[in-house]
Amino acid sequence: MLWEIVIGLEIHTQLATSSKIFSGAATAFGAPPNTQACAIDLGLPGVLPVLNAEAVRCAVRFGQAINAHIAEYSIFARKNYFYPDLPKGYQISQYEHPIVGRGAVEIVLDDGTLKTIGITRAHLEEDAGKSVHEDGLFDAIAINDAATGLRYSGIDLNRAGTPLLEIVSEPDLRSPHEAVAYARKIHQLVRWIGISDGNMQEGSFRMDANISLRPLGATQLGTRAEIKNINSFRFLQRALEYEIDRQRELLEDGGVVIQETRLYDSVKDETRSMRSKEEANDYRYFPDPDLLPVALDPAFVNAVAAELPELPDALRQRLQLEYSLTAADAISITASQATAAYFNQLVQQIGDAKLVANWMNAALAAALNKAAIEISASPVSAHQLAALLARVQDQTISATSAKQVFEAMWAGEENGDAERIIAARGLRQISDEAALIAIIDAVIAANSQQVAQYRSGKDKLFGFFVGQVMKQTRGQANPAQVNALLEMRLRTD
Amino acid sequence: MLDLTIAELSAGLRQRHFSSRELTQTLLDRIARYDAQLNSFITVTPELALAQADAADALLTQGDCHLLTGIPIAHKDIFCTAGIRTSCGSKMLDNFIAPYDATVVSQLAAAGVVLLGKTNMDEFAMGSSNENSYYGAVKNPWDKTRVPGGSSGGSAAAVAAQFCIAATGTDTGGSIRQPAAFCGITGIKPTYGRCSRWGMIAFASSLDQAGVLSRSAADAAVLLNTMAGFDARDSTSANVAVPDYSATLNNDLHGVTIGLPREYFGAGLDNHIAVSIQQAIKLYESLGARVRDISLPNSALSVPAYYVIAPAECSSNLARYDGVRFGHRCTAPRDLNDLYCRSRAEAFGAEVKRRIMIGTYVLSAGYYDAYYLKAQQIRRLIRDDFQRAFEDVDVILGPTAPTTAFLLGDQCDDPVAMYLNDIYTISTNLAGLPGLSLPVAPVNGLPVGLQLVANDFQEARLLNLAHRLQQITDWHRAAPLI
Repeated sequence: MLWEIVIGLEIHTQLATSSKIFSGAATAFGAPPNTQACAIDLGLPGVLPVLNAEAVRCAVRFGQAINAHIAEYSIFARKNYFYPDLPKGYQISQYEHPIVGRGAVEIVLDDGTLKTIGITRAHLEEDAGKSVHEDGLFDAIAINDAATGLRYSGIDLNRAGTPLLEIVSEPDLRSPHEAVAYARKIHQLVRWIGISDGNMQEGSFRMDANISLRPLGATQLGTRAEIKNINSFRFLQRALEYEIDRQRELLEDGGVVIQETRLYDSVKDETRSMRSKEEANDYRYFPDPDLLPVALDPAFVNAVAAELPELPDALRQRLQLEYSLTAADAISITASQATAAYFNQLVQQIGDAKLVANWMNAALAAALNKAAIEISASPVSAHQLAALLARVQDQTISATSAKQVFEAMWAGEENGDAERIIAARGLRQISDEAALIAIIDAVIAANSQQVAQYRSGKDKLFGFFVGQVMKQTRGQANPAQVNALLEMRLRTD
Repeated sequence: MLDLTIAELSAGLRQRHFSSRELTQTLLDRIARYDAQLNSFITVTPELALAQADAADALLTQGDCHLLTGIPIAHKDIFCTAGIRTSCGSKMLDNFIAPYDATVVSQLAAAGVVLLGKTNMDEFAMGSSNENSYYGAVKNPWDKTRVPGGSSGGSAAAVAAQFCIAATGTDTGGSIRQPAAFCGITGIKPTYGRCSRWGMIAFASSLDQAGVLSRSAADAAVLLNTMAGFDARDSTSANVAVPDYSATLNNDLHGVTIGLPREYFGAGLDNHIAVSIQQAIKLYESLGARVRDISLPNSALSVPAYYVIAPAECSSNLARYDGVRFGHRCTAPRDLNDLYCRSRAEAFGAEVKRRIMIGTYVLSAGYYDAYYLKAQQIRRLIRDDFQRAFEDVDVILGPTAPTTAFLLGDQCDDPVAMYLNDIYTISTNLAGLPGLSLPVAPVNGLPVGLQLVANDFQEARLLNLAHRLQQITDWHRAAPLI
């Protein structure tokens, strides 16, 4: 039987505010445990939450960026459940009245066509703290009670109260590939509009995936499983692939999928059941009486919209149109604000957008990828790369030499100065026709046997002569010129 | 000295007729000598009180002081006080010392009050008799076989017994006004949002409000002026200017219309109390006020609506007491669930558990619409009733409680009967309105409270009406013999 895959994502993105959503404590990552948790984050008796206006601004920015309805009134609700890293015994979230309503983003499919993915809602909420178990990462917190043999768990509340925007998609995604494209799209967007650093290692961007299968052509959704807390695009892809296989096998064997929450184990590359629907908490949501409804002035909402930068999709279309770039090139250049800015600076200095795009998406992208760093941390600045490309453009150096120069720049040679590297390495291309003809004639004279063979029809020997010329010029001859001149000199007589 | 008003005491302090230390020591001596009979304090802080009194005396000699400088008061043990235990009447918080002051506490401290200690209360402010305290029941100073009312029973008893000049309290469904009525003193619950809730341990957040228990409306005006005002740390506090309540105490009552809701004078009200209230109404007429009958048709729904909303909020508010970070923790828990269950089972009293269970139930999936949502709709109807009434009248008058103070243990077995003590006070909290209770003619030697309710932020009107009656009567001057 043919199955249709149906996926929806819930993405929790940490908002880049300097303080927490309901307290003045700092949100910086990596501080020693419990040093960034104030009385409010600890849920001490008598404390009260006060909403961080910056978090609201971030949510509205996102709403505007996905063309969503921004709620004039939104309401914070309490989601009640007991857990040691949830200090108040409830999480302040939004339930019936989220701040951001229905919106959409577009993803580019492999064949280059666009697909619109609906976003059901996005709401503000606070993050919980972290439970740290004795055999876990932070030995400093674990207390090993040798006398009793008891094992302990520690709690770090630094993260408690960190503002999150939970972005819920419609079940519009039809493959793991689309799910990843959508997740990347949201990741790009939240960073682009500056509401999140999107740092996945630090947990600033976490994904839950709802996935179900149904017979192709069916209109009713199948029973879904929810895979929680996926923190990389690669794991998202693999978790969904595993889950699709699991559900398909189950269904084809005549079984049923149970509605449940599953965890993805990246080491074993499998999903495991965490809790079934029956075990699920009854969260007893109700409006938080400590917080007033969030009333948004239309003037404020419009002002936030006016502050938005040109969005990546619009920029991508403009680049394709203005510079005749391919969709693939335009997509990678608009991956982030920093990439786009890098591109812009280069184009301003060099003019040739295609050349710039080629370099950014090949040599630079490969080097960044290998070093696992962002373009903003690139050791070769746009200005430096422009100096190199200028020499490629005026044919001072060959494409091969240019790659060599780039590597030297990356390594910091000559302070990354392209001119000085070219000079130091003697990579200046020989384009002087008279000089080249002299070298070519010497090569012809020294290899009369090969010349005779070539002239009698052994065309393949042409490469041999090119090689000889290059050898004589230590690779600095302008290859196009060498080709043309060689052909001319070999033909005469 | 004990019978003086705050204004008179302040004048005495400034003129050095007596020092704050002398005043404070007198009250501390009374507490030490008599409070064993009443149990009105959970914590007494004599060293701190005397140190604060000395500091006040130093300020008083320099002049330019607040009216409250050197005046000894007590705080209900629901207000967090940095460095002093705040138990909320519960075993759960028997070991809890907050690292911060409640806003109400810091504002009064800034005015220079002397803190004598923290008063007894029903656990987490849940109760109408002060019998639900982990620290034992409080006795009514007028009759030690009777309850002082609750939940601010310790504050009411301490003020009535002249252990302190005034005390703070909180009122979620009548917890200031009903004990004020039972103990023969004046108690005001301001408009919701008038006083900050920061540092005030939550029972039902949408209903809780801080207020004052004192021996006169004039004293209450001074304290409320210091406590009230906007606080950025409480999102629900009102950004509304605080008038000078003392300035309008003597306003003339001609042209004031008092509404008498017929629902407050029907079956269930003690006949003798009705007579006391009628007598006070006549006095108001003699002062120039006009009286007319009104109706608050949804009054009967206030108790059921309240006992859905308040428990719902409390079930969530009290979830933080889990034995993990502070408060009582059971010994040697087997696992996480055991830690939760035993810590909470051991440290919460029966009434608190009852309300957590009710609240959890009414918020549960499938019951939310039938209970919580319905109760919120009733709440709106009740507020609409009052708003309609205030189109015709300035103030609403009635009894504070249907009976005088009842015997200790009398209503312990019947929670519903206990809940009905607040039948006249609860609707005010649901509507968010200010209410005041003042003593009128006693019945069989026991105090009777008259309740005045006004529209939002009209505390000045309540204090004005109460003060005018207290100018021509002596009921508020009566003090029990301890």
